[in-house]
Amino acid sequence: MSLKIVVLAKQVPDTHNVGKDAMTAEGTINRSALPAIFNPEDLNALEQALRLKDAFPGSTVTILTMGPGRAADVIREGLYRGADNGYLLTDRAFAGADTLATSYALATAIRKIGDYDIIIGGRQAIDGDTAQVGPQVAQKLGLSQVTYAEEILKVENKNITIKRHIDGGVETVVAPLPILITINSSAAPCRPRNARLVMKYKRALGVQEKSALGDQLPYAELYDQRPYLNLAEWSVADVDGDLQQCGLNGSPTKVKAVRNIVFQAKESKTLNGSESDVESLIVELLDNKIIG
Amino acid sequence: MNNLFVYCEIEDGIVADVSLELLTKGRSLANQLGCQLEAVVIGTNLKDVEKQVLPYGVDRVHIFDGENLYPYTSAPHSAILINLFKEEKPQIALMGATVIGRDLGPRVSSALTSGLTADCTELEIGSHEDKKLGKTYDNLLLQIRPAFGGNIVATIVNPEHRPQMATVREGVMKKEILDLNYKGEVINHDPKAYTDSLDYLVKVIERHVEKSKNNLKGSPIVVAGGYGVGSKENFALIYKLADVLHAEVGASRAAVDAGFIEHDRQIGQTGLTVRPKLYIAFGISGQIQHIAGMQDSSIIISVNTDPDAPINKIADYVITGSIEEVVPKMIKYYKQHSK
Ligand SMILES: Cc1cc2nc3c(=O)[nH]c(=O)nc-3n(C[C@H](O)[C@H](O)[C@H](O)COP(=O)(O)OP(=O)(O)OC[C@H]3O[C@@H](n4cnc5c(N)ncnc54)[C@H](O)[C@@H]3O)c2cc1C
Repeated sequence: MSLKIVVLAKQVPDTHNVGKDAMTAEGTINRSALPAIFNPEDLNALEQALRLKDAFPGSTVTILTMGPGRAADVIREGLYRGADNGYLLTDRAFAGADTLATSYALATAIRKIGDYDIIIGGRQAIDGDTAQVGPQVAQKLGLSQVTYAEEILKVENKNITIKRHIDGGVETVVAPLPILITINSSAAPCRPRNARLVMKYKRALGVQEKSALGDQLPYAELYDQRPYLNLAEWSVADVDGDLQQCGLNGSPTKVKAVRNIVFQAKESKTLNGSESDVESLIVELLDNKIIG
Repeated sequence: MNNLFVYCEIEDGIVADVSLELLTKGRSLANQLGCQLEAVVIGTNLKDVEKQVLPYGVDRVHIFDGENLYPYTSAPHSAILINLFKEEKPQIALMGATVIGRDLGPRVSSALTSGLTADCTELEIGSHEDKKLGKTYDNLLLQIRPAFGGNIVATIVNPEHRPQMATVREGVMKKEILDLNYKGEVINHDPKAYTDSLDYLVKVIERHVEKSKNNLKGSPIVVAGGYGVGSKENFALIYKLADVLHAEVGASRAAVDAGFIEHDRQIGQTGLTVRPKLYIAFGISGQIQHIAGMQDSSIIISVNTDPDAPINKIADYVITGSIEEVVPKMIKYYKQHSK
């Protein structure tokens, strides 16, 4: 048995490593100052896909991502670890998408890919933490879903057995293929890049990346000789998307307002860590029956 | 028609606290809107389940009691909600931001192309003006949540699509019985009329649930550590203080991500919400996502080497100092002065 697996992956700003230089004077985040990374749980998902490929020779792993031209990096990182190919959904019309419009775009692209047994992605992306895109893609494709998955235990007779997290525990479920799965951060970490694959794919470029280089593109002739160095990009038209359901147009949620947080400053007592300060604080808390 | 719906989660025949909290919130929102509050309960062997929900001021409870509806699986529960919502056309639908709610909500919202906002920290009713369309919408659900980047809070609305859907974590809203004898209508539906046999393909073959290992939510004193604690070893200091004070230990997400402490102790927007009598924050800078989970504590003490840490603004006592120096002194003087 061989499996056709599509990995949903997103390039995200690294919100876990917000350095001091990433803050603007107004105290908001300067997104462009944050490094763009492979969404961590999508890497966990990629690992599960690659394990299936190892277990079932002849299986293929396809990376599907949506984003600007530089998001082709996600596909390269996937190829470096053992994925077979990838598609970057990229179009101005996809911009401003909420989770519903994002899932619409991904679902139409998956229909275009056509043949699949397993769609797998991270449980959620660290820039929004909504965990909505996976289930919404599943619903749009009419697929069963298993979210919060920890490990794929086995695939047998077109049935898949999965261990997943639930609130306060774990459960094991069995489901027929095809299926959509989302993977938790507690699942096995992704394998490192493979040196041989890095050599093979390090010059792979998306269409936008290539055209940005123009005449400066090194080894231009390579891209005709080795078609796998050309990373595929799809626009709304390429996936036969309905513009009304893409991007801002297809997003039912609107941001009404954003406000900066001004904490109601309390009257606070300022102390230092000296013996006498800590002692008087403890005595005050004891006297007021806050502790004790 | 056009009422406010709450999906009620069930574990072992008991309606989850988060659902009862949402019923409480839902009741007050429904009063503001002048609409009814309706609850949906889906499961197996649900006899008398209405007694658990009606006291929260539920006007109608929809019960779907059938085989293979417990434990929860995605497809039959979402099919029931989707079909029920098509009939009832709720204006608002709320569910817990639990594993179940976060599995179910997006599926339902996708089928109905309605917007869904995850992990709201506040829900209000208000109006929204779309300047481009020159149109004002009244009585919308304002879904408020901290947004990317920490220092901002975004208010999200779904002007055109119904139901307006939102998830909220356990503990964020308060649970309060309205009237033990509240009279509401009980509607028993036939689950088969709302689901297809193909909705039952995913089977749960093994399940193991433990009661929460910590009592963070109920503890009157919470001692929390952040990234500034620096190591797992230093967290042992925090645990020691907690032991002496009979407190529970909480943490920021940065501390959890760094592997200093388990995830089930994370406090904040995507963790637990606590309201203790005393909250001591050690080495926590105080990003909004963390503040969202502890700001209602009665007394807040911040221990931080940075005198300008944002959390200091909401603290009653600010100790400028390091964990290593302050914690042992707290233990020492507590032991000395308490009998
Ligand atoms: C979608 C989303 C959801 C999130 N949800 C949550 C959530 O639920 N809960 C949560 O907590 N965060 C959450 N976050 C993360 C949040 O934005 C912050 O990154 C996080 O709270 C920071 O944790 P911290 O204060 O421990 O770390 P830092 O911000 O790194 O602060 C460390 C602090 O320790 C102090 N310090 C350093 N050394 C010492 C010492 N020796 N003694 C005393 N003080 C010292 C420093 O001065 C600093 O103030 C979320 C973020 C996103 C994007």
